[in-house]
Amino acid sequence: MTDGDGGGPVLLQGGRVVDPEQGIDGIRDVLLADGRIAALGSELEAPEGVEVVDCRGKVVLPGLIDVHVHLREPGGEHKETIATGARAAAAGGFTAVCAMPNTDPVIDSPATVGFVAAAGKAAGASRVYPVGALSIGQRGEQLTEIGELVEAGAVAITDDGRPVMDSGLMRRALEYSQSFDIPVADHPEDLGLSGKGAMNEGVISARLGIQGKPNASEDVHIVRDLLVAELTGGHIHLQHVSTRHGVRAIRDAKARGVRVTAEATPHHLLLTDEAVEGYRTEAKMNPPLRTEEDRLEVVAGFLDGTLDTLATDHAPHHYDEKEQAFDDAPFGVVGLETSVGLILTHFVHEGRMDLSTLVDRMSRAPARAFRLPGGDLKVGGPADVTILDLEAEWVVDPSAFLSRSRNTPFAGWRLRGCPVRTIVGGRTVWTHGS
Amino acid sequence: MSRISSPLGKDLIGLEPLTAEQIRAILDTAEPFKEISERRIKKVPVLRGKTIVNLFMEPSTRTRISFEFAEKRLSADTVNISASGSSVVKGETLVDTARNLEAMRIDMVVIRHGASGAARFLADRIPSNVINAGDGSHEHPTQALLDLLTIRDHRKRLAGLRVCIVGDVLHSRVARSNIFGLLKLGAEVGVCGPRTLVPAGIDALGVERFNRIEEAIEWADVLNVLRLQLMRTGYVPSLREYNRFFGVTTPRLERAPRDILILHPGPMNRGVEIDSDVADGPQSVILHQVTNGVAVRMAVLYLLAGGAPERAEAAKTGGLG
Repeated sequence: MTDGDGGGPVLLQGGRVVDPEQGIDGIRDVLLADGRIAALGSELEAPEGVEVVDCRGKVVLPGLIDVHVHLREPGGEHKETIATGARAAAAGGFTAVCAMPNTDPVIDSPATVGFVAAAGKAAGASRVYPVGALSIGQRGEQLTEIGELVEAGAVAITDDGRPVMDSGLMRRALEYSQSFDIPVADHPEDLGLSGKGAMNEGVISARLGIQGKPNASEDVHIVRDLLVAELTGGHIHLQHVSTRHGVRAIRDAKARGVRVTAEATPHHLLLTDEAVEGYRTEAKMNPPLRTEEDRLEVVAGFLDGTLDTLATDHAPHHYDEKEQAFDDAPFGVVGLETSVGLILTHFVHEGRMDLSTLVDRMSRAPARAFRLPGGDLKVGGPADVTILDLEAEWVVDPSAFLSRSRNTPFAGWRLRGCPVRTIVGGRTVWTHGS
Repeated sequence: MSRISSPLGKDLIGLEPLTAEQIRAILDTAEPFKEISERRIKKVPVLRGKTIVNLFMEPSTRTRISFEFAEKRLSADTVNISASGSSVVKGETLVDTARNLEAMRIDMVVIRHGASGAARFLADRIPSNVINAGDGSHEHPTQALLDLLTIRDHRKRLAGLRVCIVGDVLHSRVARSNIFGLLKLGAEVGVCGPRTLVPAGIDALGVERFNRIEEAIEWADVLNVLRLQLMRTGYVPSLREYNRFFGVTTPRLERAPRDILILHPGPMNRGVEIDSDVADGPQSVILHQVTNGVAVRMAVLYLLAGGAPERAEAAKTGGLG
């Protein structure tokens, strides 16, 4: 989607606009024209021919951004496609997502980056930004042509799904990427410590007879990445942080000026390894759900900004693949269509987080971390807007997902608050009930 | 399909979900079944007309044969499916296997599977009774039941006894089932092995942990010596070293303060986790375990088929009635 294809001008009238970048939280009108934010103010004049959207009683936010999704195309189209993923993102209130490169083939060349970008545009829903592989084939041996990937549209590099075991390679990536001003995103995990682990290592894994991944398998790589980022001055983006020591190490590193951004996921904020009881494969993901002590520190980090970015790690899997014995089922849960409702219900409505902070974690911080347009409603910026109904009560029903997959641990959860309209480049790409 | 309610519920997935009363009922029910295997004609009509599938998706000799004897001696009709050479299993998902079995209207499935939770997975999807013959590193309830029965035979009680499980607890379904069963019946339980083979979090189950075999022998009334899977050698430097520091040997047993009963679920690695003179010695009840295995499995089959513990003797001539 290019700017300017948004059709006619739109006036978002009478909504509560929340934009931490501009320090706004109050009733405003927002005028969108030519794919851009044309004006923002109180009781704006409606120009001739403008489409007026009544936003009274609703909340108008800079478009939400999820920097960590797996759209599975190419190679895993039975789980998700770029088009279904982009539509699921729009239905979750996201105006942009960053697609991880661990597809088949891996997104490690300008041509494959271009394919993801083009398929994303063609979907005509949420924007899809490709993330390129850090190493050729994600084999952890040789850097990809990072400059060419960025030219082709990649907004970051990562070997997500295949941890970078060679610390020297991580060093080179954090050095080389600085010429192109992109973050190096890392799934921090020491595979040697993880072994054949399929869930968190602890009391529950011992009882269930499932091999565990200890916290240390994640902590060791978080600390390594922080030290290598400090050494090189590169920007490390730590994905899906799940451990208490991981959160503390990032907090310390930020305090001493290391260039680090970091994700919290809804599932690590809200669930523990007790959700695995009964060998529930919909609670199997990597990193695994940890203990309550870890969860509380992830929450603390999310609240104090140590974990500056909310990301879903949307990881769709076909139901056949999840309906297996626990060890045999793949890691991953979907998240795009439940994320906003979960955070509104369990953080905003519980009084633990205000809306400005939610916008920061779900729009501004991810936009800044990945140098994406948007993240605020400044005049002249892209007309990417998310409109929420804070009070609507609903029950998570996976059969209603626009995603091609249903693997959520939140089925049946009663939530309060949901997206009602998603606008990308001035064009409404999804409305509630559509 | 209407089901007769059994004292154990529909399935036997593990000892963790059972009560002490249910476990005692199985052990007590095994008693009258013991003598069937001593008869010249080893067959009674208890399960006449019942069809049982032994679904072994992981290699097993002892457990499969023990189940098969138990089933045949109770007059059930049995079919064996094993992972190697069976089109039913090759490349087929467990869900599809379950649905196929259901479509054939079988009464019971005995399942051995490499993944923890597989028995529960199957039991949740078919109306047949499911008996777990070992799922991954989770549970192997009939093995633990025969261990309990053997200990009870020799020590006349379980409550207050100190039983130490020695060796590869990490990967052992036998260890977990023994821990659950022994604790429920009032025994004290220890585990002993190199920390590479004893999982973090095992203490939370309520067991003592010993890093040295000498300490375990000092403490225990019974040792249940687990098989060291030879492919797990990455967890110990060498088999020779394992035997040297963790092996159950005569010199070590001679220093024990009491006469220790020695169990082993088999198959043994002689000279690794247990020395031959111990395995073949007077403290060993390893073959008695095997004999009891058939009786315990008969008891489980009988109870799941709806038999009452107190009618077991009568059922041997009159069937389930």
